[in-house]
Amino acid sequence: MLFYILKRFIYAIPIALGVTLVSFMLVYLAPGDPLNAIAPADAPAEVIDALKSAYGLDRPVPVQYGVWLWRAVQGDLGTSIASGRAVGAEVMSAVSNTLLLAGMAGLAGVLAGCVLGALAGYKSGSWIDRIATLLSVVGVSIPHYWLGLVLTIVFSITLDWFPAMGAGPGGSSEWQWDLEHMRHLVLPALTLSVIPMGIITRTVRALVADMLQQEFVTSLRARGLSGIQVFRHVAKNTAPTVLAVAGLQIGYLMGGSILVETVFAWPGTGFLLNTAIFQRDIPLLQGTILVLCMFFVALNLIVDILQPLLDPRMGRS
Amino acid sequence: MADIPLTTGQPDRGAGAYQFTGHTLYDPLIAWEANIGNRPGKLVPGLATAWKADPKDAKKWLFTLRKGVKFHDGSDLSADAVVWNLNKVLNDKAPQFDAKQSAQVRPRIPSIATYRKVDESTVEIVTKDVDALFPYQLPWFLISSPAQWEKLGRDWNKFASQPSGTGPFKLDKLVPRERADLVKYTGYWDKTRMAKTDRIVLVPIPDALTRANALMNGQVDIIETPPPDVLPQLQRSGYKLVKNVTPHVWPYHFSTQPGSPWTDIRVRKAANLAIDRDAIVKLLNGLATPAKGQLDPTSPWFGKPGFQIKYDLPAARALMAQAGYSASKPLKAKIIIAQGGTGQMLSLPMNEFIQQSLAEVGIQLEFEVVELENLYLHWRSGAKADMNAGKGITGINLGYVTADPFYALTRFAYGRYQAPNGVNWGGYVNPKVDADIDKIRVSFDTKVQDGLLASVHQAMVDDALMLWVVHDVNPHAISPKVKEFVQAQHWFQDLTTIRM
Repeated sequence: MLFYILKRFIYAIPIALGVTLVSFMLVYLAPGDPLNAIAPADAPAEVIDALKSAYGLDRPVPVQYGVWLWRAVQGDLGTSIASGRAVGAEVMSAVSNTLLLAGMAGLAGVLAGCVLGALAGYKSGSWIDRIATLLSVVGVSIPHYWLGLVLTIVFSITLDWFPAMGAGPGGSSEWQWDLEHMRHLVLPALTLSVIPMGIITRTVRALVADMLQQEFVTSLRARGLSGIQVFRHVAKNTAPTVLAVAGLQIGYLMGGSILVETVFAWPGTGFLLNTAIFQRDIPLLQGTILVLCMFFVALNLIVDILQPLLDPRMGRS
Repeated sequence: MADIPLTTGQPDRGAGAYQFTGHTLYDPLIAWEANIGNRPGKLVPGLATAWKADPKDAKKWLFTLRKGVKFHDGSDLSADAVVWNLNKVLNDKAPQFDAKQSAQVRPRIPSIATYRKVDESTVEIVTKDVDALFPYQLPWFLISSPAQWEKLGRDWNKFASQPSGTGPFKLDKLVPRERADLVKYTGYWDKTRMAKTDRIVLVPIPDALTRANALMNGQVDIIETPPPDVLPQLQRSGYKLVKNVTPHVWPYHFSTQPGSPWTDIRVRKAANLAIDRDAIVKLLNGLATPAKGQLDPTSPWFGKPGFQIKYDLPAARALMAQAGYSASKPLKAKIIIAQGGTGQMLSLPMNEFIQQSLAEVGIQLEFEVVELENLYLHWRSGAKADMNAGKGITGINLGYVTADPFYALTRFAYGRYQAPNGVNWGGYVNPKVDADIDKIRVSFDTKVQDGLLASVHQAMVDDALMLWVVHDVNPHAISPKVKEFVQAQHWFQDLTTIRM
């Protein structure tokens, strides 16, 4: 097992390096000029040249990558061109907000998905199955942006139950576990939860329905086990796959929340990415993409390690 | 706006940002009158009570500083402080030089050559050439406190969170990208411009629909630029729409370089006559006014152009026929446009409208759609550059700020301001216009200046230098809780006029 974990760690290193290269190069492939973030559009050439030199943008791209990577491995992601603050601090503040949002959305989505999927799998072909299938299809198909706006119109503007934007009163993002802050979390988390809910419902439904056809379930039933005891076996056998899917979904939520965070002005990584793209703030963009990708790599690693713990056959193979 | 603009002195994020962290926290030597809404503003004394060019050497300007003005940290405004601020943005050897602030303001004060303290309350600024329009550059240059910068360990990043200017508000709290709290400065020198509210919280919400939702949900009281399609709902719900004449124009800037189809003035005029601007205003739910030229007709620099810009399809078709084009033999042109962004209004729907309108008179447009940042590169490079002419691009669609004579007129019309020396994008050259602009630079009488500027504008319109479509109206949507807000005819808005 230790060898397995070590191997997974070693595999993650080239992936992480690849991620740094891609996240660095992506922003250079995009059209436009990062200096527009700091100079007016009609800035004369001498101002542009001085800025290029001040921000090291006049050096060859491989040199810029080398310097950036060396600093990044030491935990220094540079300074935001727009705000002048350390990118690391900016990204970590946003990551904590997104983790909160993605965590809540993920939790809601996974719980709802598992319940709906299990019910649909057990009652395959029934009206419960049809409703669960409908909800899962809607969940994965509905545009987040549109759903967020609809929820805002209904629950913020019409009913005035929840705020329309921000993570706290007055645009503040200093999170506290109180009712006022929780109210800000409800609509974006709900909006974001529909995709994992849909995907996990479909996955669990298929797994459970398939599992119920397996010989070992028939044998368990023949041995006189109760429904709950059989369900425990079914759940244990479906858990590794559900865990893998849920892990990926939470990873997607971290990076894929850009539209939802924009709709709700939620100060997380999606909102930060949006701002960095608009401002052509290259260090911030690179830092945010890098942290998100690393989060994905780490999440995959955790899932890879947890899976054999739940299903020893995987470890042996 | 995607972020709180810079708070160290010279705000980033364009002209509109000066209203938030510029003229709230700081003052310029010469200010722009922004607390009246029923006429265009004018230059007014700021931290300088008087300014004049030396009659013997018109390149030398003397500024008399206001006495008794204190920065928010309690230090005094002085001639030394003004020179220190000029060094802050113009002298890269000075310890207080800040590249970020310099990048913002240097392009806006291009005329300054040298400067010095004459005495405790007088500063001399020498311009590179005689430039009578120089005072119009100074509302962009704001004065921050040297004492505060020293106190904070000579660190502009720290200064951003604890800035000190002389403006009507002090910064109480700054969370980059999230909020800035401004509080009334009771020691403000201009008692006629004391803030009417004790505290203003600025929250950047880049998405227009989210802004509108936040207003309707009561989270904010004023928003900029509500989306046009939400206006009816806002107004039905009791929110007020405030808009005004604004120095902005949404045009197609033509290339007049050899090979461009727009070198024929009949074609340029036909294009201007083929657009139903009222329909575009309707498309924008009223958030625009039809353009009659580069400037709004209420401008003192509008003049009396002979070419009347209006919707006249038969006249447009006749001009196209004279130029040798028709529906069966259309003129083809490629225009580079942005998919959206600041100042671009509803870029894509408006461009599609123009495309259909021009097709009716035999002009077939093809669009090259790019991001706004990329469009700026094409703009700065000029029509002659390979990235434009080499790709067959003969027109550029970019919303222009037209706040002062340089921004509105001379930068586009002066023959010498072609890339890389300026943004006369299409390479327009008119000897009479050049002569007028040369005269403007040495005419220190405002009436003479206004007359000459009107003459330049007349020539631009008569030559149909651009296809002028609409002017923005800088709309604000306001909650009923706001009792007063004066919207100036400018991008500089005075937040001291807000009363709850």
